[in-house]
Amino acid sequence: MASQALSAPLAATTAAHDGRRRRELIAFAILLAAFAVLPHLVKDVYAQNVIVLTLMYAALSQSWNILGGYCGQISLGHALYFGTGAYATSLLYTKFGVIPWFGMIVGGVIAAAIALVLGYQLFRLAGHYFAIATIVIAEAGLLLVHNWDWAGAATGIQWPFVPDSWLTFQFGRDKLPYIYFALGLFAATWLVTFAIEGSRWGYWWRAVKDNADAAESLGVKIFKSKMAAAAVSAFFTAVGGAFYACFVQYIDPDSVMAFKFSLLMALPAVLGGIGTLWGPVVGAVILIPLMETTSSYLGGTGRGIDLIVYGLLVMVVALARPEGIVSLFSRRKAPKA
Amino acid sequence: MTAQIFLQIVASGLLMGLIYALIAVGLSLIFGLMDVVNFAHGEFMMLAMYAVFGAVVIIGIDPLMAMPLAVAALFVVGATAYLGVVQHAMRAKANIGMVQIFATFGLAVLIRGVSQFLFTSDYRNVPAERNLLGGKTIELGGVFLPLPQLVGAGISVLAFVGLWLLITRTDFGKALEATREDAGAVALVGIDKNRVFTLGWGLGASLVGLAGAILAIFYYIHPDVAAPFALIAYVTVALGGFGSVFGALVAGIMVGLAEALTATILPPALKSVGIYALYLGVLFIRPKGLFGSL
Repeated sequence: MASQALSAPLAATTAAHDGRRRRELIAFAILLAAFAVLPHLVKDVYAQNVIVLTLMYAALSQSWNILGGYCGQISLGHALYFGTGAYATSLLYTKFGVIPWFGMIVGGVIAAAIALVLGYQLFRLAGHYFAIATIVIAEAGLLLVHNWDWAGAATGIQWPFVPDSWLTFQFGRDKLPYIYFALGLFAATWLVTFAIEGSRWGYWWRAVKDNADAAESLGVKIFKSKMAAAAVSAFFTAVGGAFYACFVQYIDPDSVMAFKFSLLMALPAVLGGIGTLWGPVVGAVILIPLMETTSSYLGGTGRGIDLIVYGLLVMVVALARPEGIVSLFSRRKAPKA
Repeated sequence: MTAQIFLQIVASGLLMGLIYALIAVGLSLIFGLMDVVNFAHGEFMMLAMYAVFGAVVIIGIDPLMAMPLAVAALFVVGATAYLGVVQHAMRAKANIGMVQIFATFGLAVLIRGVSQFLFTSDYRNVPAERNLLGGKTIELGGVFLPLPQLVGAGISVLAFVGLWLLITRTDFGKALEATREDAGAVALVGIDKNRVFTLGWGLGASLVGLAGAILAIFYYIHPDVAAPFALIAYVTVALGGFGSVFGALVAGIMVGLAEALTATILPPALKSVGIYALYLGVLFIRPKGLFGSL
């Protein structure tokens, strides 16, 4: 009953609101078209690699944003889900010959299940306790995989070399299929976020974030909505991890489950604008190419200049633009309903 | 399990636990004071280790003598971090929790990068000929006690006593307590909140600096050395309860004991499993940690 009361603002959507939603869809279509054309203009393999990673992190950050941004649950342990996807796909493929397309879904479902089990315990924790618990659980997962002999332990899993094929999603030199898959994944996460923004869940999550107590008193099922956000977020993060495994064809615990991945998923959203539809992609488009180029041009010196640039960047962005870059463009912030 | 092994586990766990407590207490203190989790805490510790290493190599003194230097240097680092970064992060008008996390995390990466630039990523140890305690072990009734850890644990106990006296017996301690109770109201009685925060950050960094100086005696020194210790510090603080000094002490000892026990039962690579299990077990029963009130 209470949920009907909450859907009232939905019924009262104004023409302005509909117009904004339509403009966002149009902007999204243009962005997709631009990304689809881009690899035909930029043929350089290195640059195409950067495009793959940018789109992948846009998708991952969009997934992280569903829980961290919309729901306000700052997870610093999403590397666990990323690794779950990467390992599920790699193990199913190399041990049982199951094609990665199926492995991706299995990985996503396992990650969502893990998120539900963890969420059941963790959502009782407040603020910093929650963030630290997510770090610890991801580190515990990393430690276990490190010592899991059947899954290759610290050595990891090397994918067999096979001829290029869509069936096994393996392409030796051609980057285009990876770019299009990453674009598809980004599109999926964006559309899910877009759908959520307009749905009752979106209102619930924003209400939970703005004022959990007030929201609860109005009948928002806080716990249920957090659980849903966690499952959706974990599912797409794991699919991203599965894609990454297909892309690099070799994984080990540190290359898919290290703490830095948890941060790399959060950072684009933080940079672009947390809890916004466009924040993650704007952040990823700026951050990932910048980081990739600094680490390949300056990281090779081994003298930490890439770290200095990266650290300064994160610090300055957090301090200078707490609302994220997209706030520069929006005349009006998301409704405070 | 024979009594001998049991005593050895208790002794090793207690010694390391006291050092873990000292690593964690500064983090807890700062959090209690102003609700900020410092994600550069481990990097502060790493800087102290290099300070000790530098003093030993350049001045030629024993690491024990270099400790006061490291503590003083870290006081400056902590106060500077507050004035230069955290102070601004606290003025953020939106997403304040997020801003604090990423501002201090960016600072951590920056410190790591600068350290790698200045000190390179070579693994270093305090030269053995200038390290009075290094590598020495004493035996007490069949229980082996490494001398650096033994002295380190003793220094940690003294530091906790000193901290307790500072908080309960001095004007600064009273200002600290008052500010953590209500940062807004203290301004009305003439306490400069910003000054207390600056000194608080200096104090918190000094404490982890002391811990780093102890570690430098028996542990390798590297720009990335702090990550596992920082993780233990976060676990310890969450376990003891954010903001609780006593909680950090108790939780640090528990973590040390859990680690020593796990390292005896399971393969050494899995020694952290016990820490994680202890932490998660306690957290599920007491979401705010053992002594957490916040």
